[in-house]
Amino acid sequence: MIRFENVGVRFEDSGKPVLSGVDLHVDEGELVLVVGATGSGKTTLLRCVNGLVPHFSGGTLSGRVTVDGRDTRTHRPRDLADVVGVVGQDPAAAFVTDTVEEELAYGMESLGVHADVMRRRVEETLDLLGLADIRQRTLRTLSGGQQQRVAIGGVLAAHPRVLVLDEPTSALDPVAAEEVLAALTRLVHDLGLTVLLAEHRLERVVQYADRVVIVENGRVSADLPAAAMAMSPVSPPIVDLGRLAGWSPLPLSVRDARRVAGPIRAQLAGRTPVRVVGSTTKTRQPRHSETLLSTRALVVNRGRRAVLRGIDLQVRAGEVVALMGRNGSGKSTLLAAACGQLPVRGGSVHTGGLDPASLKPRDLLRHVGLVPQDPGLLLYGETVGSECRAADTDVRAAAGATHALLGHLAPDVRDSTHPRDLSEGQRLALALAIVLAGEPPLVLLDEPTRGLDYGAKTRLVASLRSLADERHGVLVATHDVELVAELADRVIVIADGEIVTDGPAAAVLAGSPAFAPQVAKVMHPQPWLTVADVAAALEAS
Amino acid sequence: MTRALHDPRLPRLLHPAAWWAWAIGLAMAASRTTNPLLLALVVAVAGYVVAARRELGAASPFGAFLRLGLFVIGMRVLLMALLGGGVPGLTVLFTLPEIPLPTGAGGVRLGGPVTLEGVLAAAYDGARLAAVLACIGAANALASPRRLLRYVPATLYEVGTALVVALTYAPQLVEDARRVRVARRLRGHAGRGPRELARLAVPVLDGALERSLNLAASMESRGYGRSVHRDTGSRRKATALTLLGMCGVVAGVYGLLDGGSAPLLGLPLLVVGSAAAASSLAVGARREPRSRYRPDPWAVPEWLVSSSGAIAGGLVLVAAQRGVPGIILQTSPAVWPTLAWLPALGLLIGLLPAWLAPVPPLRALEPHRRDTQALLVEDAS
Repeated sequence: MIRFENVGVRFEDSGKPVLSGVDLHVDEGELVLVVGATGSGKTTLLRCVNGLVPHFSGGTLSGRVTVDGRDTRTHRPRDLADVVGVVGQDPAAAFVTDTVEEELAYGMESLGVHADVMRRRVEETLDLLGLADIRQRTLRTLSGGQQQRVAIGGVLAAHPRVLVLDEPTSALDPVAAEEVLAALTRLVHDLGLTVLLAEHRLERVVQYADRVVIVENGRVSADLPAAAMAMSPVSPPIVDLGRLAGWSPLPLSVRDARRVAGPIRAQLAGRTPVRVVGSTTKTRQPRHSETLLSTRALVVNRGRRAVLRGIDLQVRAGEVVALMGRNGSGKSTLLAAACGQLPVRGGSVHTGGLDPASLKPRDLLRHVGLVPQDPGLLLYGETVGSECRAADTDVRAAAGATHALLGHLAPDVRDSTHPRDLSEGQRLALALAIVLAGEPPLVLLDEPTRGLDYGAKTRLVASLRSLADERHGVLVATHDVELVAELADRVIVIADGEIVTDGPAAAVLAGSPAFAPQVAKVMHPQPWLTVADVAAALEAS
Repeated sequence: MTRALHDPRLPRLLHPAAWWAWAIGLAMAASRTTNPLLLALVVAVAGYVVAARRELGAASPFGAFLRLGLFVIGMRVLLMALLGGGVPGLTVLFTLPEIPLPTGAGGVRLGGPVTLEGVLAAAYDGARLAAVLACIGAANALASPRRLLRYVPATLYEVGTALVVALTYAPQLVEDARRVRVARRLRGHAGRGPRELARLAVPVLDGALERSLNLAASMESRGYGRSVHRDTGSRRKATALTLLGMCGVVAGVYGLLDGGSAPLLGLPLLVVGSAAAASSLAVGARREPRSRYRPDPWAVPEWLVSSSGAIAGGLVLVAAQRGVPGIILQTSPAVWPTLAWLPALGLLIGLLPAWLAPVPPLRALEPHRRDTQALLVEDAS
């Protein structure tokens, strides 16, 4: 179905090619997973499939890419639209129309699908992706997960034979991600759809893949999933656990792993897990340290709707708290209220004993720092260097303070780079460095792991843990259960603007299937959360 | 078309073109009179229909258009007072200090006596424009221009798309600016003042450019522009026909609205233009490989609404042609406005869509009105 023959891609302004010598055949009805670190060329590979590279992006393509027998050199992306559907990284950026129904119909309108057929397919797609309740809503008012499902639906409705998805679940909560992936596998099995999928969160998708394509430094190799995972530079926790325990073949799903995990569970039976967070062993709980953030019966509206309805929570110095909950449950709203961005309708919010909304911006960043969902919002400079200098003057820190922080968080960032050209992980590190320059006791992060590969995630965990060790309080809103397992002391789950659960990470995560990390599912009923915990225990025994 | 669509009691959205035709009819009436009572009646009719038939949760620019109208009246009167309007008047209200201008300034003066007659003439003139604006606002509130643009003829499809994208991007830009300003606060700046504004412009425009590229990529990969016109000659013919037709329609509408142009110049132009546009539309549609999702039907309610506007406009037009007293008010000497009955009754016909148009679907759920509104203003968080 998709055929790459000795394909190389080179963009004019960069010295070395983004892809080189790519030979890849994807058969009809295959679900192929593309993995690789950020900046490895995954996105470029995907955009080659429907000809966006080179027709749209520029650059030079050598070799041949054919899809269903059509050569992308002679067919423009629009000529391939009936065969290939593409869903990009940011769903909101790809919306052409205004409402959900129109967006689903747009592709079919361009292809000239008959009106009756179109009507039926829109209805089917609404059901398939669970969008029927929001069919008349304006796209801009949807939550991230809803937008992602609409974007996928808009492409699916046109019934392409190849579907190309770039990180389709990175913005979704675990349950919504399961729904999207279940819909995809159903399409693959029922309709013989060919799917090419890039995803950083391997733990969610690797068990569905027929084959795995590893992209590393512009080179591509394809293999069966288990074999590919054995040598992949990035791997989900379940594979790490398999490597640790020496299982062969490596298990890819929780079911496979549980079937071979009997001995290791027996070996660890009766042991109390000691949590390894970051690089240090966590023993002392910060019981009596000062409260950095406290809300009491907090009510916040967006428009007329009460998004938060009576939130009581505390974040103390030296702890990392994870805020979880489905898309649209009010996580981002809570973070925005905590730094005074939204008016408070009822109750109170205090950071360091003060109302954040009453603080002058100059004083605000001495109390609380927020890294927004899109870290690019904090960046205005032309280069990383000028951005750091601006941050120094913003907070009246000594010259070079921000730069030193950045060097600590992401050593490989060059000063002359434009912030937009940084990888997701580097941009996050830069935004975090800018926020930390003000030395706020309380640091808030909104969905920080979106688009991060495992390496960048490990570095993020390490830097946030060391912040907590330096008596900062950290509040992270996230969908990423594996991040929470590695990072958090305490987990707060909110639903519909109310707190559902507030407790130690181990208890909350191990207690619910939706939020359990892979290791907890494999080791159930023993409360182990991460591979590092298991490794430490095995070492000690 | 199913019979049910002919029943005005079936809740659905009316065809946008029907609302715009109704609004143009009212605007035509408004443009032919300076009687403040009749103009107020036009605004009241438009406002009542908007209140009765606007879809819940949709943006309502009606209020903004009303405010714009008030501003127009105010400006008109102010300019008249400052510069003089060339209306001879005897009743001097007050006298402004006059700044002598060199002779030959063409009757323009600065300051001087302000007469009642001049003020009234300016106010009536402004009110006429304000009423036309109110009609446009009503059309906007009842059927968004975006919905109307779906019916742009196939030959002008590219232009229509560009307009739709622009309509989407204006509010998006405002939203972006807000988000960047909020983020600016996180870096310790208030986000106000001219220097800050300059700093905000960079990320906002940067983001807009990037989004345009993303949008273009998305449209391209979803098949936008596949409609290959095989024959350039016929395409040019169709485009020329469409453009001519459009010009004819615009000139015709202008002729109808502008009382000063030759009588009955507007109507024939409008008819000829509409015919040209319709024929090009038919020619274009035959070759159009695109299909349209859920096109709005044109059934009995659409005919009723559009013809009610046409009748209202037509009656006032005829009355104005016949010189029925009370349509153009005498300002020198000033008299109390009186209501002319024939045009007033005509305008009241324009009120009928408040009952004849079907109720929009969400408004039909009136008992649950609160819930649906909450749903619609719900924000991503």
